[in-house]
Amino acid sequence: MADKLHFNLVSPERELMSADVDQVDIPASEGWLGVLPKHSPLMTTLAPGMVLVTNGGEQTRIFVRGGFAEITPAGLTVLAEEAMKAEDIDAETIAAKVKDAEEDLADAKTDEKKLAAQQALDKLKELQAAL
Amino acid sequence: MPSLKDLKNRISSVKSTQKITKAKQMVAAAKLRRAEERATQSRPYTERMEAVLANLSASAKDNPGAPKLLTGTGKDETHLLIVATADKGLCGGFNSSIVRKAREHIVRLQGEGKTVKIITVGRKGDDMLKRLYGDLVVWKTNFVEVKQVGFGEAHEIAEKVLAMFEDGEFDVATLFFGKFKNVVTQVPTAQQIIPAEAPEGVEPPDLKGAIYDYEPDETEILRALLPRYVAVQIFRALLENVASEQAASMTAMDNATRNAGEMIGDLTLEYNRARQAQITKELIEIISGAEAL
Repeated sequence: MADKLHFNLVSPERELMSADVDQVDIPASEGWLGVLPKHSPLMTTLAPGMVLVTNGGEQTRIFVRGGFAEITPAGLTVLAEEAMKAEDIDAETIAAKVKDAEEDLADAKTDEKKLAAQQALDKLKELQAAL
Repeated sequence: MPSLKDLKNRISSVKSTQKITKAKQMVAAAKLRRAEERATQSRPYTERMEAVLANLSASAKDNPGAPKLLTGTGKDETHLLIVATADKGLCGGFNSSIVRKAREHIVRLQGEGKTVKIITVGRKGDDMLKRLYGDLVVWKTNFVEVKQVGFGEAHEIAEKVLAMFEDGEFDVATLFFGKFKNVVTQVPTAQQIIPAEAPEGVEPPDLKGAIYDYEPDETEILRALLPRYVAVQIFRALLENVASEQAASMTAMDNATRNAGEMIGDLTLEYNRARQAQITKELIEIISGAEAL
């Protein structure tokens, strides 16, 4: 059996995944990064996007926003500020939320509210793009 | 001497109080379990983060371009105290012990001629501190409206603190909260979060002779990491606080229930004595009436 990569995905609220897998593709801030077992030690910041976990022909997609990835000989650890499994995200709900957020933005009167609405919209769009 | 009716009323009032304290105790016990679970779930993230930080800060400390969040402003003039307490009472000395700890700190700092600013998190701490140091409180927040404290709330506080730091409004930030040791002990704790102190006892991972690659580069990563570290520290403090509050509340309510039980026993005894005395009195009256005939 080929070597496996020990993969950990943790968010501040809980540990989402801890498993031995074949390959993990992570959206690093400098571009996509495919991590295979025995990768050299590396530390990088993450861009919002999908983490792709491949194990025995099966793929799991997890959306992450903000955080780090650390690769040590012991394995890969992704520290994500927000993380959601792709299967838990419903494209239609997101589309509805984007619409809501766009309306909020149009309704916002003060600069502060505009900024907050814009940020919420951007976050949702990132999520939509990643799907 | 209270009448029989008075005693009866008192007994029933203490009994209903006991029911309430008993219910509150059970609620606290259930909440405590959940809070403990959440604290445990957040631990891997915090630990990893500490390991990464320990790893990075060792090499970056001597670097002149190192972020101020790590090295400090080079001054020690203005201190920011973030005092995290609960929003509700009925939890024994939990809130006041945190406030006392913070107050000791304030008195010491002011004695040294330093400027003190306060951020209060939670309503109870604010109530107690504003009486003494109302003019020092620069910002306050509470979670009365929030059902379950999440990372979002911690992030909000961290953003406020970091913005103040960027504007040079303080040099050192210390966080006060009730550390959850176990169900009977909660330790009021002061923890310095800015400049970040590298956590002790965390070993950098064994790289087996290889060297880390950094993407983009070390300083950039530190710059992104440190604000998150502050948020994570605050988040952890909030979670610990929730667990501590529930534990303190459980202990306090347990005591209250037991006291109520004792009181009911005493009152019942008194009630029975009074009743017996009355019966005896009535008998004497009847007998002496019969003898007089």
